[in-house]
Amino acid sequence: MSVKGKCAIVGLGVTAMGKVYGRSASDFAAEAIKLALDDAGLQKEEVDGLLINANLSPEMGPLLQMTLGFEDLALMNAMNAYGSTAGTMIQYAAMAIEQDLANVVVLVYADAPLTQSRGSGSSYSGTGVFPMTGMNGLRFAYGYYGANPGYALAARRHMYLFGTTNEQLGTIAISQRKWAQMNPWAQMRKPLTMEDYLNSRYIVEPFHLFDCCLVSNGGIAVILTSAERAKSLKQPPVYVLGMGQGAPGDNQRTDREPGIYTGAKQSGATALKMAGVELKDIDICELYDCYTYTVLVTLEDYGFCQKGEGGAFVSDGKLAPGGSLPTNTGGGQLSSYYMWGFTPLSEAVVQARGQAGER
Amino acid sequence: MANSTDYQKPIPIPDEASKPFFDGAKQHRLMIQQCSSCGTVMWPVKSRCDNCLNANVTWVQASGKGTLYSFALMHQIYHPGFASEIPYNIAEVDLEEGLRILSNVVGCSNNELHIGMSLEVTFEDVTDEVTLPKFKPAG
Repeated sequence: MSVKGKCAIVGLGVTAMGKVYGRSASDFAAEAIKLALDDAGLQKEEVDGLLINANLSPEMGPLLQMTLGFEDLALMNAMNAYGSTAGTMIQYAAMAIEQDLANVVVLVYADAPLTQSRGSGSSYSGTGVFPMTGMNGLRFAYGYYGANPGYALAARRHMYLFGTTNEQLGTIAISQRKWAQMNPWAQMRKPLTMEDYLNSRYIVEPFHLFDCCLVSNGGIAVILTSAERAKSLKQPPVYVLGMGQGAPGDNQRTDREPGIYTGAKQSGATALKMAGVELKDIDICELYDCYTYTVLVTLEDYGFCQKGEGGAFVSDGKLAPGGSLPTNTGGGQLSSYYMWGFTPLSEAVVQARGQAGER
Repeated sequence: MANSTDYQKPIPIPDEASKPFFDGAKQHRLMIQQCSSCGTVMWPVKSRCDNCLNANVTWVQASGKGTLYSFALMHQIYHPGFASEIPYNIAEVDLEEGLRILSNVVGCSNNELHIGMSLEVTFEDVTDEVTLPKFKPAG
């Protein structure tokens, strides 16, 4: 028995994105949910499940249920699996619906890290007060701050092992910018050249500015229901056909390289098997792209190319408009908006419905 | 030794669990944890073995020899204490005991850093209480 095809995404709500100041995460969450309900043609009273993407905003916890005024829910949780949270929320919602635990489940992400008075780069790096107690304080003593260095270290290792270049990473940034130029929701729509990419300042070398995702204020909500119920709603149903997870962990021992060999190998194989499709059947990819490197390594681990060949694989522009493997077709987190896994999820819904306009 | 007014970077605060590590560093010994039951080495401090979950965890001195697994150069100022050193390196060092630990490489320029280079531990005494293990090219 499998949940294949038993549930569908029937509602999508996307608020204004980016430098939208003066609003709280819960305000974005509320608006996104209202937009998603209207999109689906559902009433708030019909919602019996709420999954909240716990993130760096203190508002995105279980108390959000009260802020939003949801009562008598049959399914409620604040979940965090980092960037894969959106994907895992879809899975738990689908399983709950398939088991008749809930019928209309709202998934929501919202955040408001940007303020007018400081730059994007400092939005997530804290207040300058770091937890220095014990050995966990060592990282700050060595100058390791935020998420950038971990991915930069992995990318540098990939370059060493396989000869991957900044130009190849740049191809990913440029491809996604081309998609963003066709997306009215995208924050970054100015054309980007290889020269622009290479001349952009380093953030954490080997990453230039344009290797790194944006920071965005905004909210996205997605609604799932049973395939049966979906038939009578406003939008074309987007069926959930396959799913999988892979969480490699990192025990900080030298026998493994989780920055090079990611969980995508396991999760991708599991999802494809459930869906009964092969990689050659995939004609569009919406991948997590906190960095250019993340796209490259995910394509490798899903098996679109061999491990180590990701650089050469992307360098012919196949991810860009007109290419053979359109990827992150809304511009992704690099050029469109940064809502963790709700960035690729929202674009996938738009594409699967055939509502992406020229892109 | 730098006095507290010269040293502007954040300084770890040893606690009971990490005391053997910081005591060792003060004596210029790189201490790591090892499980007495299964022999697994661990980093950073754990109250139980992360392999067999036994509580029989002891501290042993590492050789201090390792190789550079990867490195990155920090070009942004996240803490003002690092402002004068931009870009500074952060390094993942593979210890010969089988642990991959975070540190900085000192004693060579960033241009001389290359993955796979042999490193050995060196110690930076930042206060009377706290010494930081760092790594330099092996002599």
